[in-house]
Amino acid sequence: MENKLFSPGERIAIGASGGKDSTVLAYVMSTLNRRHNYGLDLFLLSIDEGITGYRDDSLETVKRNQIQYGLPLKVLSYKELYGWTMDDIVKMIGLKNNCTFCGVFRRQALDRGAAMLKVDKVVTGHNADDIAETVLLNILRGDIARLSRCTYITTGEDGPIPRCKPFKYTYEKEIVMYAYFKKLDYFSTECIYSPNAYRGFAREFIKDLERIRPRAILDIIKSGEDFRISTTTKMPEQGTCERCGYISSQKWCKACLLLEGLNRGLPKLGIGRTKGPHNCGHEDTNLGSGTNSIESKQCGSLDF
Amino acid sequence: MACSGSSGCQSAGGCSKIEATRQQQQQRVSCVKCKASQVMAPGAAGEDGRYCPDCFRGNLFGKFRFAVTSNSMISPTDRVLVAFSGGPCSRVALQFVHDMQQKAQRNFDASPDRSLPVFSVGVAFIDESSIGTGPLSCDRIDEAVIKEMETLVSCLSPPSKKFHAVPIQNVYPSADKEERVKELVQGVPDDTGKEDLLLHLRMLSLQTIAREHGYTKLVLGSCTSQIACHVLSSTVKGRGYSLPADIQYVDSRWDTPVVLPLRDCLAQEISILCRLDGLKTLELQTGHRPSSINSLVSSFVKLLQEDNPSRESTIVRTAGKLIPFHFNRVPENLDGDIHLASRHRKKFQVKSDLSIPTESFCSICVSPLKKDNSMSSQSAATESHTKSGDFAALCCSSCRYQILPSDAVLLKEFYTRLPHPITERAKDGQWSLLRERIEDYLLSENGG
Repeated sequence: MENKLFSPGERIAIGASGGKDSTVLAYVMSTLNRRHNYGLDLFLLSIDEGITGYRDDSLETVKRNQIQYGLPLKVLSYKELYGWTMDDIVKMIGLKNNCTFCGVFRRQALDRGAAMLKVDKVVTGHNADDIAETVLLNILRGDIARLSRCTYITTGEDGPIPRCKPFKYTYEKEIVMYAYFKKLDYFSTECIYSPNAYRGFAREFIKDLERIRPRAILDIIKSGEDFRISTTTKMPEQGTCERCGYISSQKWCKACLLLEGLNRGLPKLGIGRTKGPHNCGHEDTNLGSGTNSIESKQCGSLDF
Repeated sequence: MACSGSSGCQSAGGCSKIEATRQQQQQRVSCVKCKASQVMAPGAAGEDGRYCPDCFRGNLFGKFRFAVTSNSMISPTDRVLVAFSGGPCSRVALQFVHDMQQKAQRNFDASPDRSLPVFSVGVAFIDESSIGTGPLSCDRIDEAVIKEMETLVSCLSPPSKKFHAVPIQNVYPSADKEERVKELVQGVPDDTGKEDLLLHLRMLSLQTIAREHGYTKLVLGSCTSQIACHVLSSTVKGRGYSLPADIQYVDSRWDTPVVLPLRDCLAQEISILCRLDGLKTLELQTGHRPSSINSLVSSFVKLLQEDNPSRESTIVRTAGKLIPFHFNRVPENLDGDIHLASRHRKKFQVKSDLSIPTESFCSICVSPLKKDNSMSSQSAATESHTKSGDFAALCCSSCRYQILPSDAVLLKEFYTRLPHPITERAKDGQWSLLRERIEDYLLSENGG
């Protein structure tokens, strides 16, 4: 934990979904903070995507955690931020690409929530399995820019609020076991809107690898850290969205683009390598968008 | 308007309906390239289904030739050794090298005084039956198989090619070599490690053949699909740093530079060509053990490739964006003293961009070591103070984990069983490591 992630007096938001990773993270952070006088101001930050039968239940868990660990909780909903719940979105676009919307919106929601809480950092419960999966997916997709930064323990340091992943080297198994032995109160149900099949491929592969050689997961992360990637590799320029002011490499950020599509009844807008009205001529639309779905987890039982 | 452009229709009355429908029909089945012949497999998925056999062949050979010429893999004075396993990839590599050689020979025969000399070709087969990998291990490669290969190679002439069939245990000079190589491989606890060690021994054998017979290039038949698997399995084994070294067109880490002219050809294309041209293959290598990382990766890649036919190329392209090493190009002077020379040069022109960075290599897999990686191994070396311990310190962390036994006694045993060239490599490595460690002092002496 002592990777110079935190310094005393900082305000830290814990991205909390009620799932095992974020619950263990919240527990460990609050315990260590108390025991070793880290001097951190901790908050729980939850995003309500508006998924009936899933998020409403998991939020109950977070609310219990709030009391159990004595941490203030802030809940932000898609409804109030964007005017759409995931239920509405799925009703409109069906079960294809819905995870793109969810991922893009969640990431931005998390940043906005963090800004509202005036925190210095956001921590998320991404574990080693998640990072390894992301490394593989970026190789499979040919995304060299993200490949270079997906293994950083802290990302977005140049942005307003950096995010870090204290569980970067922690196996998912360890987290599950920790939660089990500490009898932590967490919520474990897959998202009802089918999880991303492609990510599922990679996830299954990693589980198979782990069976043969557990350290393969950490080896993948090590490879990801050691990759010789030229620093001159074209990285997307970061600007701000003309609409909402969020960081974006395009004229409009991905969330605004998707939202525009929803409101205009053109849900395909902004999905895939579209040559939309706002980004024509830019080849790497996906690569450059300020928000991304690949770095977020498989939407489902996990957290942000 | 309708008949201008591509149709080339010259009839005065314009295109009739019949003409148009005929064209449509033709378009559906004609080759996308020559537009004349029929496609090989109408309705077949992927790009290959859209070519006629001739264009398909031309396209594949074109990729090979482009790789060879744009990376100057083969020069007229070269003596090329093609590694032949019996499988489709090395079969196609052999065929293409032969086609190229034949063409050069024809040019030479036409005007012997004006054209360049023709490169010569040899074929090497490494017989690994003594080690016994995989479930079909007991299958001895008998004389008949070797004979078959010999005939196959002799059919590929003129120009005639020399055929070398060498058992893998020949990496040892001694009499009990078969036992020794068996014990060595059996001493590796990890299944993946066994496979990888075998791979390194194979390369050692090929290099030995090349050296003994004066070959100047070694052609491997590695295709895109195999390289994609290598990318993922290296990532999984934690070898992200050294990965770019292995997947370039040229790799001159070795005494005889290794070239991969089929780097841009898919396994699927290669097997189609074998079928199309009736290229005879002999499936001898028994593949991976089911419980190895390598086999898991190759089935994963196969699954992905079925899902998306360009996935393998994407993987190789992604990894291709990683920075290659200085040895990933054809060396200009083949006297083998490049490393030494560069080191001398570095001493004098520290600021020069031309100076080639010194790299230390793993003694087993010859992958370049990351600097801090070798630092941590140095500390391991100072702890042990044994020959085998020193050796382990000069291996990459991946080899240390999956090939070397962790127990000190077993490690000692393993070390004594290693073939001479590998332990020799380690000694060289030790010197360069020592040199590296004291280099600062040497420099300061020079400066003072």
